[in-house]
Amino acid sequence: MLKATLARLQQGHRTVSFPKGTPTLPDRFRGMPVVDRSKCLDGCRECMEACPTDAITTDRLDLGRCLFCAECVAACPQGAIGLTQDYRLAANRREDLVLPEFKLARALDEKARKLFGRSLKLRQVSAGGCNACEADVNVLTTVVFDLGRFGIQFVASPRHADGLLITGPVTENMKLALEKTYAAVPAPKLVIAVGACAISGGPYIDHPEQHDGASSVVPVDLFVPGCPPHPLTILDGLLRLLERV
Amino acid sequence: MVTGIQPLAPAAFRDAILGGSARLAALFGDGSKLLAVLADGHAGTIAVLATEVGREYPALTPELPAAHWFEREIFEQTGIVPRGHPWLKPVRKRADATGFYRIEGEEIHEVAVGPVHAGIIEPGHFRFQCHGEDVFHLEIALGYQHRGVERALVGGPNKRTIHYMETLAGDTTIGHTTAYCEVVESLAGVAVPARAQALRGIALELERLANHTGDLGALAGDVGYLPTMSYCGRIRGDFLNMTALLCGSRFGRGLVRPGGVAFDLDAARAAELDRRVEQGLRDVTVAADLLWNTSSVRARFEGTGTLTAQACLDLGLVGPAARACGVERDVRHEFPSGIYRFFQVPVSTWHTGDVFARAFVRWLEIQRSVAFIRDQLKSLPAGKTRVEMKPLAPNAAAVALVEGWRGEICHVALTDAQGRFARYKVVDPSFHNWFGLALALRGQQISDFPLCNKSFNLSYCGHDL
Repeated sequence: MLKATLARLQQGHRTVSFPKGTPTLPDRFRGMPVVDRSKCLDGCRECMEACPTDAITTDRLDLGRCLFCAECVAACPQGAIGLTQDYRLAANRREDLVLPEFKLARALDEKARKLFGRSLKLRQVSAGGCNACEADVNVLTTVVFDLGRFGIQFVASPRHADGLLITGPVTENMKLALEKTYAAVPAPKLVIAVGACAISGGPYIDHPEQHDGASSVVPVDLFVPGCPPHPLTILDGLLRLLERV
Repeated sequence: MVTGIQPLAPAAFRDAILGGSARLAALFGDGSKLLAVLADGHAGTIAVLATEVGREYPALTPELPAAHWFEREIFEQTGIVPRGHPWLKPVRKRADATGFYRIEGEEIHEVAVGPVHAGIIEPGHFRFQCHGEDVFHLEIALGYQHRGVERALVGGPNKRTIHYMETLAGDTTIGHTTAYCEVVESLAGVAVPARAQALRGIALELERLANHTGDLGALAGDVGYLPTMSYCGRIRGDFLNMTALLCGSRFGRGLVRPGGVAFDLDAARAAELDRRVEQGLRDVTVAADLLWNTSSVRARFEGTGTLTAQACLDLGLVGPAARACGVERDVRHEFPSGIYRFFQVPVSTWHTGDVFARAFVRWLEIQRSVAFIRDQLKSLPAGKTRVEMKPLAPNAAAVALVEGWRGEICHVALTDAQGRFARYKVVDPSFHNWFGLALALRGQQISDFPLCNKSFNLSYCGHDL
């Protein structure tokens, strides 16, 4: 007992101050892309050809496909593309994820906030996720992010849940299980798609073994881009939905 | 790299696999051919064998249980029938499409778990045949995570290839990308700068530290010991953040690239990393010591899910699961590549084969990984971090073995006449070890399944590909 108490003292207080304080991110963190199209050379397609998921077209950049790999940054002869430290990337609608029109997630309507605002229980379903998105969703439940302080909790049964948090491109072999899990959640229900795979298929776009993301199977209320998204990006998205940031 | 693998006669192929002391690192089909990678840990040699079998051949599994899962995969991927295989069914088709092994009897009951589990983990299906609380048999059905990776790799490398490698098993990004890079660098005849090799080694050990620490925490959680669960959950994140210090991504995305690494470690960053690794070890030492000194934890860990060394050798287990049976099996020691040729990491083993051993081996490895990283940081070679890649050799084959945190990762590439991948085989350590979990559950209480499962902590997507 004494040992356990001493260990507790040694470990200290570790919960981040977010959302009150400014979060610290690694200086090499790759967040929101910025593109200065005025620098583009006529007919140049270097970024498009370098992009592994065809997230870039001549006038758009789709955060839902983006792996934040920075291949486009390296390929651009003009230095027109950069990845910033901005971790706030979540959006409500698929089309809101496309730059330059990108729209950051807005809060649920008042009725939904009344239902979920102080207690949101989620059931996680991995449908082809590589365990990176899963791991950084899981980390939200540790003392560092302490998701419970916002009234958000992951539960074991879909019947106890207010919604699903889906990772992975939705493999053909998981489609039925996902549909059944969704059906088992009592209405009204939310769906949150985390990671490039769950939004668009990510690196697996167009593979016949998967379905290009969660919205092919269920309606999605929040999209969180990244490969995988930083835990703060996921937390920021969840809190925006509940109007807590 | 080897060119022109001379196919053996089927009988000679069989004798070579069954006769020697080498273990089966890979066995797979390519059209009507079979290929095997044999790894001899004592001699430190790797052999690639091929044979032409047509539509069927006598199964190896009855004499070599380690071939069990491989032969089912061959059957699934190519239609070649291993005649006499004791349980020939696909390994990646949806479980309900095939049916399960059943034990009949008045008091026998069946328990089905998954694919959707209670926690935030990947999907798989577990089917138990039980008598009361006792498990007679566990059948594990996977494939829910199948994304068609090996199929999509054919014709590469292309701009998506490295991203497939990074997401084969997302918690093993460094392990799989390192294996891939070693394969293509070998095929291209490119020598990677020493500094890049050291940085790959640091990243690989950071990946091990994060996952082993997370596993100790999760094991503590599974027996209801919350202090260590809580501390290790946080310390795991600290190790992930060290990888992010190196490359911006907590999982090492974007770091390992053909020809070297994409990020350098300047002196200030190296000093910061050293400070953090040292602090990380101090924190995890306190958390782990609590586990070993708490009798209620020891009582649940000891004697649970025991595998003998013989079972481990028969099934061809790898990684901490094998070392926890007292088997000295570690690619870093047996087949060192990259920086491990110059800096040896001692092999960590324990002899009891139970959940305790699998936890304790992780703790031993945590200490050795920290020592290795701090050694590297003291003596980082100068020079470049990346060199230009060259085209891959045509009609050639290359094999890479890397000791990922779960164990031996094997990548095999065969190129066509244009130097493109004609076949690319990935063997995640989980592929060897899932059957070990099934065997460890025999005669156990079903309520110990979560604990046993976590003590192996295998990859679903790394298996399903």
